Order: sequence, then C-alpha cells, then structure tokens
Amino acid sequence: MSSLNWTTDFLNQLNSTEFSIVPAFLPGDKTALWQIESTRWQQFSQYAIEQKLRWAAGWAEHAETVFIVNACFEKEGIYVLLRTRVNAGKPELPSQATVYPAANRSERHTQDMFGINFTGHPDNRRWTRHQAWPQHSYPLRKNYPVQGEPPAITPPDMDYPFVKSYGEGVYEIPVGPVHAGIIEPGHFRFQAVGELILNLEERLGYVHKGIEKIAEGRTPESLARLAGRVSGDTTVGHCWAACMAMEQAAGIEIPPRAALIRGILAEGERIANHLGDMGAICNDVAFIFAQMQFSRLRELWLRTNATIFGHRLLMDTIVPGGVACDLSEASCALIKQDVVRLRKELSELMPAIDLNSSLEDRLYTAGYLSPEIAEAFGTLGYVGLSSGQDFDVRRDAAYPPYDQVTFKVALEDQCDIASRFWVRYKQINAALKLIEQFIAQLKDGVNLNESQTLQAEWQTPQADSEGLGIVEGWRGEITAYIRFDAGNKIARYYPRDPSILNWPALEKLTLNNIVPDFPVCNKSLNGSYSGNDL
Amino acid sequence: MLRLFKKIITTGVVTEECKAPKDDELEKLGIQVKRHIDKQFSGSIAIRQVDAGSCNGCELEIHALNNPYYDIERFGIHFVASPRHADVLLVTGPVSRHMQTALLRTYEATPNPKWVVAVGDCAACGGEFGVSYASCGAVANVIPVDVVIAGCPPTPLALMKGLLGLINK
Ligand code: SF4
Repeated sequence: MSSLNWTTDFLNQLNSTEFSIVPAFLPGDKTALWQIESTRWQQFSQYAIEQKLRWAAGWAEHAETVFIVNACFEKEGIYVLLRTRVNAGKPELPSQATVYPAANRSERHTQDMFGINFTGHPDNRRWTRHQAWPQHSYPLRKNYPVQGEPPAITPPDMDYPFVKSYGEGVYEIPVGPVHAGIIEPGHFRFQAVGELILNLEERLGYVHKGIEKIAEGRTPESLARLAGRVSGDTTVGHCWAACMAMEQAAGIEIPPRAALIRGILAEGERIANHLGDMGAICNDVAFIFAQMQFSRLRELWLRTNATIFGHRLLMDTIVPGGVACDLSEASCALIKQDVVRLRKELSELMPAIDLNSSLEDRLYTAGYLSPEIAEAFGTLGYVGLSSGQDFDVRRDAAYPPYDQVTFKVALEDQCDIASRFWVRYKQINAALKLIEQFIAQLKDGVNLNESQTLQAEWQTPQADSEGLGIVEGWRGEITAYIRFDAGNKIARYYPRDPSILNWPALEKLTLNNIVPDFPVCNKSLNGSYSGNDL
Repeated sequence: MLRLFKKIITTGVVTEECKAPKDDELEKLGIQVKRHIDKQFSGSIAIRQVDAGSCNGCELEIHALNNPYYDIERFGIHFVASPRHADVLLVTGPVSRHMQTALLRTYEATPNPKWVVAVGDCAACGGEFGVSYASCGAVANVIPVDVVIAGCPPTPLALMKGLLGLINK
C-alpha cells in the first residue's frame, strides 16, 4: 500500500501528541488498522473531525475478558479501522457521538447489545432493545444463549421516553409500528402545530431479528444466505459485502468472471430498486401515471432476473468465492436487449414527467436536507449525493470489477426530494452503461479463456482472521465485518446498512414540512427498517 | 401533457397482454379467485398486510400484485389501510419479539370472520431466522394461521395461488 496519502500525515500528527499508534492493515491490505487506548477514544474523534474524516461504522465484539470496540473512518476513499479494548469487568468508553452525530445510534446499539457504557453520550436511551430482554442482559455477549429467556408474550415498549413538547396548539401524532401501507414496521412520533411538523422522532428496532447473534457459528455458505436477507431489497449488496469480508479473511481472490457477474447483479439490483422508488415517490404525491409506468418497467426487469438468474430479487446468486450461476451468450444478449428497451422507455417517460407542473409543485423544495446536516450524519448514496456528499465506493475505493471501468457519479445540488428523484434516474443511466461494459468484458473473457471458473476454491481461514467488505449497494456504501473462529465458523458478523446513517437525516429533512408531505419525504430517503434493526 | 398522453396510449393496456402461457395461468387463477370471492365475500375481499419482522423481500412481491401486469384488484382483492376493514391478514416475516404484541393487537382489531395467511418461508417456519431471543419464528407461533404461502419470497403468481387456496377452504 502506498503511504502517499493523508493517513501518513495524520498518523504523524497523532503520534506527535499523546498517541502512539503502530499502523497495521487488515487482511487484503485495503483497510488500515490503528489500535489505541480506550481512554483516547473520544480524543481521536476530535482530531479525526478536524481532518474531515467521515465516521462510517461502529461495532464491538466480545472476547472473554475484554470487549473489542471498532470504529471505521473514511476520507478520499481510504479507510481506517480504529480499534480499542475495554475491560469486560467495567466496560466504559468515552463516546464519539459527542463529536460525530453519525455515531449516536450505533453506540446506543452497542450499549444495548454488549452493555458497554459510552460515557458522555448525548442521548443514552435504549435504542435496539425494547422489551424482549431485560435491561441488564446483553444478547451479543458470548455467554448469552441464542434462545435467551423471552417472556411468553413480549410486552409493548410502553415507557420509552420520547421527546416531549408543550405549548398552545402543539399536538402529537403517533404512527406505527403497523403502518397503513405495505411497508416495514417502525414508529414515528410527530409534534405538529396545525399542519407544520415541529419535530419528528423515529423509534425503530421493531424488526430486530437477532441477525448478529444467529450469525455466530455459521459456515461461510450459511452466512452468505443470512447476509442476503439482512434487507430483502439489498440482497446482492449485503451478500457481496459479507462474501468480500469472508474472502479477505480466507485470503482468496475471486475469479475475474465472477467479479463481472457480481457487478451485473449489483447494477441490476440498483436499477430495479430505483425504478420501484421513483414510482413510489410519484405515487405519494398522487401521480399514478408514473407509478404505473415505473412499476411496469420494474416488473419487466424482475422477469428477466427470473429467467436468467432463477430469482426475481437475485437472492443467493452470490456465494463465498464467486457466484452461483454463469451468464451464457444468450443471457448476455437478453440483458443487452433489456438495457436498450429500458433506456428507450425512460427516454419517453422522463420528459413527460419532467414537464409536469403538479409533480414539480410537490417535489421541488420539499424535504430539504442541508449539506451541513448531510455531512454531520454521514449520509450515503442518493441521499448524500443530493446534498453535496460526493462519495461512491465504486469510484473512490474501487473494487473488482469497478476498477476496470469508468463511470460518472451522479450528483444533484438542490438537496430536496426532486434531487433525490433525479439522482436515482442518473444512477439508473450509469448502471445501464456499466452493465453494457461488464457484458463486453465478459465476452472478451469467453473468447480469451473458455475455462474461466466462477468460484475460487474455498480455503478454511485461520481462527481469528478477519475481513471488512465495503461495497456500494443501491442505497450507498455497505460495510460488513467478519471474524472467523476455528473450523470455518463465523465468530462475528456485523453488517452496516447505509440506512443506519441515513435514517437520522429523515428526522431533519421533514422539519417545517407539512404532515401530509411526510410519506413522500420518507419515500425519497427510503431507509431499510430490517437493515437498521438487524 | 401531450407526451404523457402519448406514453399512456403507446403503452396500451399491459394487463391484457398477459396472454403468454404463464399469464394465461394467472388469468385463469384470477378468475377462479373472483368466483369464490363473489360467493363468499359478496364480490370483494379486503386484505391488511402486516410485516411482523420480514426482511422486506416478501413486501416487494406483495407490492408487485398491484402493478399493471397482475393488477390484483380486478379480481376483487384489494389492500386496505386498517385491520378494522379487513377480511384477511397477510402476515410476513418471522414474528420478531418486538412485533409480537403489535401483531396480536392487529389480529384482535380485525373483525370476525377473519383469515390469516402466512406469506414466505419465514412466516411459514421461521426461515433463515428461526426462533431466538429476538424472534418468535413462524406466524403460527403467535396467531392462528389458515393458509401458508411458501417461497423466499413467494412470486406474485404463488401469492395469487395461495389466496385461491384460502378462498377454497
Ligand atoms: S421469506 Fe425470504 S423474502 Fe420473505 S421475509 Fe423471509 S427471508 Fe425475507
């Protein structure tokens, strides 16, 4: 790894003060690993924010007498994994959330799951825990049984201390967990005056399924299946990130042909989801024409998935070491045909939508998310890209097959719902081009070397080996951390869906909008509940 | 506006184009559904979908039932916003413990006679998530289930078939 980047200067700066960091790398040499004393945890984050590092992810692990706590930072496409150890007897760590708002909920999650006390945390209410387990037991500690000791009927989480507001004319609207539409469950608490939203508080955690706990002890194949179900709409993204982490830990490289097929799968998933979202955004402002058109295009796209990959949503197509299915000449032709058709359809559809004043009226200026807030929360994907956060893993920390191609990262600058709509459209166009490039390379490969394999042979990783997979899912950067036990078994899996960082931005971008515009504000961000709650 | 109308006209009615062998099957299925619904529910059936802990994959396919290809409403099957308006609860996911009470209350709020359809492998048997400190597993572990539609997730066609199974009971 070249040392000619900001990490060298930053490391020198830190080591000239109270720190003494010996730089190392995670397997695969992509991510730097810096270990520090726990007492300096928060201090580090102060230096980091001065250097404009982005806080990307945080998680912990239980290792007998200590907890290993990790925080992942990124700048200019270079990742640093910060690590410390805290005594399991008195697990305490100065909070980074005081410096990075992005770390807020993640630390609360770690607090609930491990019982680590983040001192000075601005909001240490419970987050992931409702009433399925008692306050002083912690499911991700190794001695906590998978089955736990749940009551026959888990009571509702009645006494959660929501933010209150007082004053004449202020009223509250509680919404959920069961919503009116066909969507995932969660609770939103609005405070409003007249139609205006004064405050919105999200209460998530309803679909917490214990993914991190039930990952322990799995084989790589079984973990890949689970990763593909962290968030059903991002099955390719999460599965890829988890497999990448496992492959790093095992020290194997996937065949180039498998990388190309993964790229085609990931771009296909991006397109399908954006088509669905664009229709849904229009639907939420009662513009049914667009909803019908987009859902029609989405359906056509999914049918081709089923024909070629055997699954409409592409589940279980990525496996540790490569991919589960090849693309024949005929399949490539079919995909290319679909690409051409979709492009043509969109070229007719988008002008019809663009010139529609009733749509403009509802989407422009609504749901404004300032670049400052977007940066503070580390928002990702189309949410970040519409509010000045110019980052895309595929370009900035390229991994195969994206290191072989060039493409333009879509940007919009109005920070509103319309921007988040148009960024999706631009991302579809970029994805279509990428698919064409990948198919072209796939064909070259066929001609050059007929016997290209689809799956690298798996090597059992040594006990304790670890990996950090980072990919650009359709919602933005996904990180997946894996540590192996002996015997090819997973010791720790932590997937960080982009929604974890995007959800808090919804609380901000709905402010000063009217209550009836909340659904469209929400849809423009479209966070995953399942990916957040784990 | 002209472009919009042009697109509508050139797109045509895709629902009618479902005449390929596969979609023929769908037409037939739908018509059967409709006949039974006519008989037992005076022409329409109201479904309240409840995500009790799914990964959202099942929801995506339930959504697809409303796209112009399947257009399930033409058979008298429609989705409603409140359990109080529903004949059928369409429940997905392993029931997360945090959703257990919410699901029970939704069930209570649905007037009799009511039916419960468990959608997806998770709802059928716990799927990839099973039973744990955080998950109750199958929907049947929490409320009585009338019909199970397997699949991860079930395709829209499988969902239509499953609903037919319910109405045939
Ligand atoms: S059955 Fe499959 S798609 Fe449905 S909730 Fe379970 S894992 Fe997700």
